[in-house]
Amino acid sequence: MKTQRFIPFFLLALVLAGLQFLTQITDTSYYLTQMTMTAYYSLVIIGLCLVMGYAGQISLGHAGFFAIGGYTSAVLTTYNLIHLLEKGNSFVLFLAGKGLLVNGENLYGESLLYVTPWLACILALVLTALIAFLIGIPVLKLKGHYLAMATMGFGIIIYRVVLAWEIMGEADGISDVPGFTLMPGITVNGDFSNRIQNYYIACTILLVAFILLQNLIHSRVGRALRAIHGSEEAADAMGVNTARYKLYTFVLSAVFAALAGIFLTHYNGGIGPSEAGIMKSVRYVAIVAIGGMASMWGTLIMASVLNFLSLRGLFGSYDDAVFGVILIIIMLFAPDGILRLHIWQRFKKFKTGK
Amino acid sequence: MTSELFLQYLFAGITYGSIYAIVAIGFNIIYNTTGIINFAQGEFVMLGGMLSISLHTFLPLPLAIAIAVIITMIIGALIEIIFIRWLESPSVLRMIIITIGISILIREAALHVWGEGVRSLPYFNGNEISSIRILSTNVSPQVLWVIGVCAVIVVLLSLFFKFTSLGQEMRACSSNRLAATLCGINTKNMVTLSFMLSAAIGALAGCVVSPITYTQYDSGTGLAIKGFTVAVLGGLGNSMAAVSAGLLLGIIEAFSIDIVPLAFQDAISISILLIILFVRPHGLFGSKEAAGLKEF
Repeated sequence: MKTQRFIPFFLLALVLAGLQFLTQITDTSYYLTQMTMTAYYSLVIIGLCLVMGYAGQISLGHAGFFAIGGYTSAVLTTYNLIHLLEKGNSFVLFLAGKGLLVNGENLYGESLLYVTPWLACILALVLTALIAFLIGIPVLKLKGHYLAMATMGFGIIIYRVVLAWEIMGEADGISDVPGFTLMPGITVNGDFSNRIQNYYIACTILLVAFILLQNLIHSRVGRALRAIHGSEEAADAMGVNTARYKLYTFVLSAVFAALAGIFLTHYNGGIGPSEAGIMKSVRYVAIVAIGGMASMWGTLIMASVLNFLSLRGLFGSYDDAVFGVILIIIMLFAPDGILRLHIWQRFKKFKTGK
Repeated sequence: MTSELFLQYLFAGITYGSIYAIVAIGFNIIYNTTGIINFAQGEFVMLGGMLSISLHTFLPLPLAIAIAVIITMIIGALIEIIFIRWLESPSVLRMIIITIGISILIREAALHVWGEGVRSLPYFNGNEISSIRILSTNVSPQVLWVIGVCAVIVVLLSLFFKFTSLGQEMRACSSNRLAATLCGINTKNMVTLSFMLSAAIGALAGCVVSPITYTQYDSGTGLAIKGFTVAVLGGLGNSMAAVSAGLLLGIIEAFSIDIVPLAFQDAISISILLIILFVRPHGLFGSKEAAGLKEF
């Protein structure tokens, strides 16, 4: 029984590896860049799927969490600490003593000193979790329109902050973010030669996160979440601690978004304010809705396909409009996602002859 | 702070506040008849401004504004008829996502029609530098136009809801839809009418404010958030309270420039929104009991 449950994941891994192989034999390995980025965006979206589809709480601020993760990591790994070291700042000396800083050199031969990506990554994740926790406590008490507006408001505040704060590079964002060496020989960066390796890093993270979420929704927690989605009052009456479950899933999905932000920032070598924009959040919500809200597999498939097409520039300047149209059509005609359209059920009925 | 600076801030606050109040009233009209927050409300303001600017290239100003308002009104009606009318008891989440989708569509359409450029109507009287002396400060005549038009809209709306039979039918629809249906009111038409009404007042506000704030394809989003803040601040569904809440937010925002940088101005009003949602979700002027009976 237990091994059977892993068959779909094994097949998914095979498909991901197969895609890489396909780009190799058809000599289209330039697709790998977009495929890697798609994997990271999909990570945000499956995290959001947990909150929207299973706990039934809309979040229009997930690009905010993505940006908090990405920007924190980018600032820490690009902010030059050399002057502080020279001044003998005790905290910087402490970090240097623990081996948490890396030396570098810029184009003009000036020596640079950064926080290591590992420390930056951990700090970014902790910061995101903390912010999600603090925001989540009051926000998740709200329902419906108020919840939508409050999360959207949070997203806009983050956008305004990164746009107006000098340390975040204002409208230009942050560039020249160094690579993230996970282990000796394994680095997340945008190097041409590193493309295949990076594709597998992204896919591994996505796959691990996906398996984690699948296990979560088939556990006690998952059942509690679905009870909350059905009726919060009923779940409360049955002894489910609704506030706590909602908060934990919210924080978990925010951490997923931040993780995607961190890795994508190192992969692209930079991050800009558009990553925090409201359209990004709306797009994540749209993809979860298209995937069928409470369907991890549907969301994963839709996230991969639509993000990839969008990143390849298939929709051109109509990119946002395409997502708007898809969003409306899905919500009007198939609010449970296209994989659960009545047509399929009718087809099944037809097949079984009922 | 000198008294002149104080008055300058005050007038700026009242001007922006009146616009926020109009957007908030637009939210409330639709919310009252349908229970829906129309996330595309800000786009009506943008459409009003953009259409009147385009029409003004070959039509005199009053006519251009009138036609722009009528076109926006028709767009409002079409949105309701195409996307909302035929849905049977849709969930709140579904309606939120649909109206967000509509706002994206309108915005993207505007981007493709008018481009990214910033446009504006000419000043109704005088120009950028003409001013009228009030108390001990100088204000642009356009500021008086904005305040005046918004005041007229509010007065006319309250008269409409109070004394005309159509207005009374709409109010009946908002207080109890089933009872209104039983009295022979066509509630579906009332919903369409509410969309037309809020589209029209939004568009008119977009026209009068365009010379001061300029109009861009995406200027609706910010206004929608501010308008929603005001609607919640006054108590969702309460149009008259929205006026005082709008002026309050406008004045707070105007005076906040003295303390925080302009770039964070939006963050201030959104923080106010978040605080009010957490602390008094029924609004400053609403009653808790009444809010408990409504579904957000």
